[in-house]
Amino acid sequence: MKNILAIAAKEIRSQFVSPIAYVVLTGYLLLGGWFFFNLLARFNFLLQMYLSFRNPEAMERLNLNEFVVAPLLHNLSVILVILIPVITMRSFAEEKRSGTYELLMTSPLTITEIVLGKFLGAFVFILVMVLLTGIYPLILVLFGNPEPGVILSGFLGLLLLATAFVSVGLLTSSFTENQIIAAVSCMVALLLLYVISWPAETAGETWGAMLKYVSLTEHFAELVKGIIDTRDLMYFGSIIVLALFLTQRSVESLRWR
Amino acid sequence: MIEVRNLSKRYGDLLAIDRVSFTAQKGEIVGFLGPNAAGKTTTMRIITGFIPATGGTVKVEGFDIFEEAHEVRKRTGYLPENPPLYADMTVTSYLEFVGRIKGLSRAALPGAVDRAVQRCGLTEVTRRVLGHLSKGFRQRVGLAQALIHEPDVLVLDEPTIGLDPRQIRDIRSLVKQLAGERTVILSTHILQEVVQICQKVVIINEGRVVVEDQIAKLTREMTLEEVFMRAISGSAAAEEATA
Repeated sequence: MKNILAIAAKEIRSQFVSPIAYVVLTGYLLLGGWFFFNLLARFNFLLQMYLSFRNPEAMERLNLNEFVVAPLLHNLSVILVILIPVITMRSFAEEKRSGTYELLMTSPLTITEIVLGKFLGAFVFILVMVLLTGIYPLILVLFGNPEPGVILSGFLGLLLLATAFVSVGLLTSSFTENQIIAAVSCMVALLLLYVISWPAETAGETWGAMLKYVSLTEHFAELVKGIIDTRDLMYFGSIIVLALFLTQRSVESLRWR
Repeated sequence: MIEVRNLSKRYGDLLAIDRVSFTAQKGEIVGFLGPNAAGKTTTMRIITGFIPATGGTVKVEGFDIFEEAHEVRKRTGYLPENPPLYADMTVTSYLEFVGRIKGLSRAALPGAVDRAVQRCGLTEVTRRVLGHLSKGFRQRVGLAQALIHEPDVLVLDEPTIGLDPRQIRDIRSLVKQLAGERTVILSTHILQEVVQICQKVVIINEGRVVVEDQIAKLTREMTLEEVFMRAISGSAAAEEATA
């Protein structure tokens, strides 16, 4: 545990010393803010319109959770597909390129400690990212009346999604010493998990159900709706554990190849 | 103490080292010589547990590098050819990090960092960022990193490469001081360096050990340079004869 914390602390420090962390955070918050502003403006526009039409039925359907928070979370998840590979691309690739890998691998550390330390370091970073976007729903709660439970469930979904992305990013970074290859292959893998359910409707019953199960979007959408189902939690848990396990194997294979 | 027995390493079709055997006793500084691509770095990487051997064994302080790698790693300090530095860390934070992953307790850490800083002459640069240090200081931080946990065995891959004459002298006297109770293996291209600080020399050529002996014995009748040239051309000649 002590070793895991030592590595995690080093990872966090090196993230915040390099400009990458700040570029990623700024980009994330800038885009997030832009989405939030636009969704809110559209919500306001619809509200004004229905008010002037005196349409109580439509007014009933209009609520902050469905019209602002849910689309905001879906948009943020797409930004994470692009930004998280940039955070994780360095984790193993940079160590290999700069030769510090030799230090890590000849120190009395187990590979599991190295992988978990790096995972924990990246997790703290994305936790900060997700918490910073918590400002938008906070504004809604202060000035409107959205349902807080659904918001929390949605942000839990976003955090789980980001954690799964981080695990996949560590895996692709462990394959190569080139950061660009690590980032691009992570991005492709994540996009694939994103769109894999597209042919679900036409692929027949069994295949359709399977593709839907594998897809990140389907599980994330459930949490955004406010439904915390163990099936979805299990799904994210399995992705995280599987990716970390494969990372451990991949790093280990370098030690004894 | 390091015992290397019949160590081989194969990269695909290429046999990098072929049944290498030698020993290094406690308190001994062993000079590891050989032309470029002779297999020096490969051997050192196997001894430190960075890469596995294809065949043969290494025992460090009696622990087998394959069976008890963890014990070996605790007792070994390693300076690779390029010092393994994190460019964005300061000297102190880097040494603290290395100390922690080498298993030092939090209580022992500040003392160990201070000692390493003192020994390697880093006092004036402790707060500098590693990426901004000169080659000489980078090399010294590399050494400090290797000995922060007071290892029994030090493996140094070309510790004086690229340094100016004064820095070379500093590093040499430092290595000499460090020996004492430790076992040191250092690879180099500077023969004079071996004569100055080592007790024993191992010459490796094309993956095989061609000379393993005490320096005093080898240099009784000829210079180390002659021994070296004879050793590496001798094995090439023998190779031609068999072919």
